[in-house]
Amino acid sequence: MYGYLGIDVGSVSTNLVMMGEDGAVKHSIYLRTRGKPIEAVQAGLKMMKSALPSKIQVAGVGTTGSGRHLAGVITGADIIKNEITTHAIAASNVVPGVQTILEIGGQDSKIIILRNGVVADFAMNTVCAAGTGSFLDQQAFRLNIGIEEFGPLALQARVPVRIAGRCAVFAESDMIHKQQMGYNVEDILAGLCEALVRNYLNNVGKGKEILGPVVFQGGVAANAGMKRAFEKALETEVIIPPYFNVMGALGAALLAREATSRKKTDFYGFEVAEKDFKAGGFACDGCPNICEVVEITESDRVIARWGDRCGRWSDVLEQKEKIS
Amino acid sequence: MIVTYPHMGYMWICVKAMLEYLGVEVALPPPTTKKTLLLGVKHGPEFACMPLKLNLGNFMEAAELGADTMVMAGGCGPCRFGYYAQVEHAILQDLGYRYDLVVLEPPEKHIGELLGKIRQITGNRSWRQVIKGINFGYKKAWAVDDLERMAHYTRPRELFHGATDRAFKTALAEIVAVRQPEELPAARERAMAIMQNVEIDEHRQVVRVGIVGEIYTLLEPFANMDIEKKLGEMGVEVDRSIFLSEWINDHLFMGFGRNVRSSKEALKKAVAYLGHFVGGHGLETVGNTILYAEKGYDGVLQVLPFTCMPEIVAQSILPRVSQDLGIPVMTLIVDEQSGEAGLITRLEAFVDLLARKKRFREGLA
Ligand code: SF4
Ligand code: SF4
Repeated sequence: MYGYLGIDVGSVSTNLVMMGEDGAVKHSIYLRTRGKPIEAVQAGLKMMKSALPSKIQVAGVGTTGSGRHLAGVITGADIIKNEITTHAIAASNVVPGVQTILEIGGQDSKIIILRNGVVADFAMNTVCAAGTGSFLDQQAFRLNIGIEEFGPLALQARVPVRIAGRCAVFAESDMIHKQQMGYNVEDILAGLCEALVRNYLNNVGKGKEILGPVVFQGGVAANAGMKRAFEKALETEVIIPPYFNVMGALGAALLAREATSRKKTDFYGFEVAEKDFKAGGFACDGCPNICEVVEITESDRVIARWGDRCGRWSDVLEQKEKIS
Repeated sequence: MIVTYPHMGYMWICVKAMLEYLGVEVALPPPTTKKTLLLGVKHGPEFACMPLKLNLGNFMEAAELGADTMVMAGGCGPCRFGYYAQVEHAILQDLGYRYDLVVLEPPEKHIGELLGKIRQITGNRSWRQVIKGINFGYKKAWAVDDLERMAHYTRPRELFHGATDRAFKTALAEIVAVRQPEELPAARERAMAIMQNVEIDEHRQVVRVGIVGEIYTLLEPFANMDIEKKLGEMGVEVDRSIFLSEWINDHLFMGFGRNVRSSKEALKKAVAYLGHFVGGHGLETVGNTILYAEKGYDGVLQVLPFTCMPEIVAQSILPRVSQDLGIPVMTLIVDEQSGEAGLITRLEAFVDLLARKKRFREGLA
C-alpha cells in the first residue's frame, strides 16, 4: 500500500496528512509548532508512523507553510510549495468547481479566487489581528468561554449584537461595553463572528468577486458560528470540507503524488524523526547588511542555509534550490 | 570638491563615467545596505517615501568618505520627488553635514538647460567636452542595460544555479573599468560574450512577467528585495518597464535617441484609463500594463514604495485593466518593514497562478 505525506509547517501549527493513492485521507495530525518547527515535524512523523499500518510505503512527500523549506530539507521532500497553491489544490480536489476559498487560521487569513479550476487571484493578511482567528480567541478568553463552546453558543443567538470590529482593540472595548449593557453571551458571540466576517471581507476580501461554490477552511472553520456568519453575509451556502484544518498539508500530499508520478520519492524515511537536527544561525559580518543566516545541521554537518542576501553562504552548499 | 550622488541600481556606473571623464572627483556612497536604510529611517521624516530615506542614508555614508558636494535630480509634477533634493539637503544640514547642493532638473525643452547645470560642477570645460562626457555616460548606461536584459533572459533558463549572477558580475566589471569613450565598444563586446557563455536550456518553459511601477523601487535591487533575481530563479523571464538608458533618452535627450523604447507609447495607451498627469510614473504604470497585455505577457507585477501617491492612483486603476485585458496583475508594496518571507510566498503563488494558467491555456489550444 502506498501513501503520500503532506506536511504543513506554520508559525502556530504543524499539520501532517497521509493520503492514499486514491486521494483519501488515511490519517491526519495537528500539532502546535511552539516556535520549534523541527521538533514539531519530528514529533508528527513519529505519531504518523505509529498510527499507520507497518506495510504502508511512502511514495511521495510534499511540504508547505512558512516553514516549508525547513521541512523540505529535513525530510527530503519531492515538492516544496507555498500555502496559496496547496490550499487551492486541496479545495478544488474536495469540492470540484470551487470558485472561492475563504481561509482563516490562527495568525493569518487569505482568500483565493479560482476560475475554471485555476487560481485567478488571491490576497493574504498576516498583519492585522482583527481578520484572523486570534481575534476570536482573545475575545472568548475575555468572556471566559472555551473555544469549543464558542460555536455552539453562537448558533443559539437570536439577535446578534453589532460589534464595532474595525480593529481588535476597539472590538474588545466595544464588546465589554455591550456586555455591561446586559446583552446575553450568545448574541455577543454571534456578533463577534459577524464582526470578524466583516473585517475579513473588508480587508482580505476587498474587491474580490466572491462566487459559489464557496469553501471555508482553516482552523477557524471549526466554529459553527463563523459558518453561519459567512452564509449570512454572502447570502450563499458555505461548504466546510471534512479536513478543513489540514487542507494545506492535504494539498502538499496531492502535489507530491503529481511530482512522483514519473520518479521515485526523495523521502529520507521515518528515521528522520530520530536524527539529530539543529537550527542555528549567525549574523554575517561580511558587509553592513548583517544578514541573519539560518543554518540547519544534521549531526553537526550543515545541510542547508538561507537568509543571506548575496548568496555567500547558501551558494557554497551547492544544494539544488527547489522553490516554487 | 568631491562629488557624490545617491544610488539607484546601476546608475552610479554611468554618472561616475561622465563625471570622472570631465575631471570631477567622485566619492561613491558604499552600496546600499541595511545600514543605509537604518540611517535614513532614523533621520528621515517618518512618512517620507522609502527612496528619500535611502538617499539620505547614501549621503551620510558618502560624507564619511569625504564627499562635500551632493548632486540630486530635481523632479517634475505634483509628486514629492520635486522637493527631495531640498528636503534632504536641509535634513543633512541640521545633522551637521556640510554639503553643497547641486540640483539637476530634467530640461523642459532643450538639453542646453541641463548642460548649464553640469558646467556648475565641471567648471570651465568646453561645451564639446561636456557633451562628450554625457554621451560617454549614456553609452555606459546603455551597455549596462543590455547586460541586464541578457541576464533577464538567461536566469530562468540557466543550467547551473547562480551562473547568470556570476557572469553578470564579471561582465559589469568590464564596463565599469572603462575610462575612455574609445575603449567602450571593445569592453562592451567582451561583456556581452561573457553573458553569452552562460549555459542555458533554450527550450525550457518559462513564464513571462512585466514589472511596472515607481522608478526607484524598480531600478534599485535593495529596495525591491532583488525581485528580478527571485523571479528569475523561479523560472520567470522578466521585462522591466523602465531602463535607465531609456529614461535618459526620454527625459534628458527629449526622446531623440535612435531605436530606443520610449515611454511615449505607454503614455498614449494610458489615456483610455487615466486622462491626466498624476506625477511620478503613474501613467507609465497603467500604460505599460496595457502594453504587456497586448504583447502576450503572462502577468504584470507593480512595485511601489509604501505611501507613493502616483502609484497608488495607478494601483486603483489596474484591476480594471486586468479585467478588460485578461492579464493577472499583482501589486507589491515595499517599505522598511517588508518581510522577505511574505514576499517570497506571494511571488511564488503568483508565478504558480501564471504557470498553471498558461498550461491550462496551452492544453486547450
Ligand atoms: S550574507 Fe552577504 S549580503 Fe549578507 S551580510 Fe554577509 S556578505 Fe553581506
Ligand atoms: S514617485 Fe512615489 S516614491 Fe517617488 S517621490 Fe513620488 S511619491 Fe515618493
